[in-house]
Amino acid sequence: MTHPLLSIEDIIVDFETRAGKARVLDDVSLEVNSGEILGIVGESGCGKSMTALSIMGLVPDPPGKVTSGSIKLDGRELVGLDHESLRQIRGKDIGMIFQEPMTSLNPVFTVGEQIAESIRLHEKASTKAAMARAVEMLRSVEIPEPEMRAKAYPHQLSGGMRQRVMIAIALACRPRVLIADEPTTALDATVQAQIFDLLQDLQSEMGTAIILITHDMGAIAELADTVAVMYAGCVVEKGKVETVLSAPEHPYTKGLITCVPHLLPDPPKVRESLQEISGVVPALTDLGKGCAFAPRCSEKIDRCEAAKPELRTSIDAHLTACWVAEKETGV
Amino acid sequence: MAELNDPSEIPTVKVMHPAREMLGMFFQNYNAVFGLILLVVILLFTFVGPYLHTVDPFEMVWAPFTRPGEEGYLFGTDYLGRDILSAMMAGGQISMAIGLAAAVISLVIGVTVGAFAGYYGGWIEEALMRFTEFFQVLPTLLFSMVIVALFGASLLTVTFAIGVVSWTAVARVTRSEFLRIREMEYVAAARSGSATDRYLIFRVILPNALPPIIVQANLMVGSAILFEAALSFLGLSDPNVMSWGQIIGSNREYILDAGYAVAIPGIAIFLTVLAISLIGDGLNDALNPKLRQR
Repeated sequence: MTHPLLSIEDIIVDFETRAGKARVLDDVSLEVNSGEILGIVGESGCGKSMTALSIMGLVPDPPGKVTSGSIKLDGRELVGLDHESLRQIRGKDIGMIFQEPMTSLNPVFTVGEQIAESIRLHEKASTKAAMARAVEMLRSVEIPEPEMRAKAYPHQLSGGMRQRVMIAIALACRPRVLIADEPTTALDATVQAQIFDLLQDLQSEMGTAIILITHDMGAIAELADTVAVMYAGCVVEKGKVETVLSAPEHPYTKGLITCVPHLLPDPPKVRESLQEISGVVPALTDLGKGCAFAPRCSEKIDRCEAAKPELRTSIDAHLTACWVAEKETGV
Repeated sequence: MAELNDPSEIPTVKVMHPAREMLGMFFQNYNAVFGLILLVVILLFTFVGPYLHTVDPFEMVWAPFTRPGEEGYLFGTDYLGRDILSAMMAGGQISMAIGLAAAVISLVIGVTVGAFAGYYGGWIEEALMRFTEFFQVLPTLLFSMVIVALFGASLLTVTFAIGVVSWTAVARVTRSEFLRIREMEYVAAARSGSATDRYLIFRVILPNALPPIIVQANLMVGSAILFEAALSFLGLSDPNVMSWGQIIGSNREYILDAGYAVAIPGIAIFLTVLAISLIGDGLNDALNPKLRQR
């Protein structure tokens, strides 16, 4: 069997805080193959972005630290690599798109210059050649009049345009893995759809593996091949999108799916209220020995507070970390 | 999607360089424009004047203490009978050159120290800022006097002494800007695109930190001119080089008999520093996005 393009195995990231040690990533294992989209969902503060940062080797240190685990890109170990090697991998092999297109571009340079610079950081190209490539990149992310826009400053572009520019920068060196950290959170719904379309097009064109971080189950359903649901630094459920979304096993996944409002063709007379998951993500500094989701879980049994469940396969590479699900499926 | 991205529907943006936008702001500020005009006049006087009025500033041309306007000497003569008009022109060149050079020295030291402290943080910042504070608490005039006294009163040491005692403000401004900007998303984005530390410091953060530094640098030219005048007044400057402070210093014993010989360079210094301050104020307004009217 061929190994996946990017595999994360049992990664543990700890943060030293005043309130004590916080385990922000606890035994996270994920993998993504070329040409695949892996979706990571979860609430704010459950470790989605930290997973992305640990892949990039950008966990803020101090206070953070990758305590153990391994991240392999095409079989090459990334954890413990020196700064210079990591720097070379960033951008060239793994690109990243950030959440806030409004503030993720350097305000004092034109967008063309910024794309050209990112090309020149990796390849020996003349300023002119890099600029020509930059214009090409702008064209490929479907920005109209790319020659003109290349000379524009970030504040002269709309949010959607800026996110396209961010994508152009991230893809300028044709990375094999693209991490998109909530790429559409700050954008209008119509623009969101455009950006997702664009990501999908580029992905099928370039064969890039994409890790899509989002809290939008709809986006996951539409784009992702596999999905990992994270809660309090742990992956609580993962598997193929079809199986996870159609037959979620973890109560948290179920909660996330029912949280999505539906658009019905003719609204019912009596509106059912949206389901919510009560409570908030617990502080990572005082997690009990049981399941982190137990305090908010509606299906809680005694065992949940006594011991922490581990990821177990049920069917078809569908993994869940939940005592209740385990009892029900009888695995 | 195609219809949304139809180029004809998107209004063409008029791409205007931020620097031009900034200049527009600057020229709407009457005080700043006045300062700029004043500075240009002073520069013309000192740098073009000597070609029109070719009298050696060190040569005794007439009787000492000739009043301004008498015997065809616009600014009169000093205690040695030297033409003050020539001295003012020659001295202005030196005063401004020292002001500029000292400002550049303190800018280079200050920006370097501030940038590294703000970017790296941790013990590097701790060490650099303690170092800065050490210079900050030294009485600046005394310290520069010590430097000049130790290394001799040449043009170079005076410039160096002024630069070395006045970089702390730049370092602090630079550091605080770096602290603010390094947390920006675009810095994180650049880092994820494999930027080196050097690239992040000089190409990403520094350009964004420049506005307050430019203002600070501009004001520093003014204060360096004042500083040079103070040192010269105390007799701590090269006696073979004419500067405005030098004219004041050499004539100070005769202030009761020939007040004009002290007043003229004094007024020149005052006007120059005023012009520079007005320009600095205008730059500050133009570069500060919060004050920009949209």
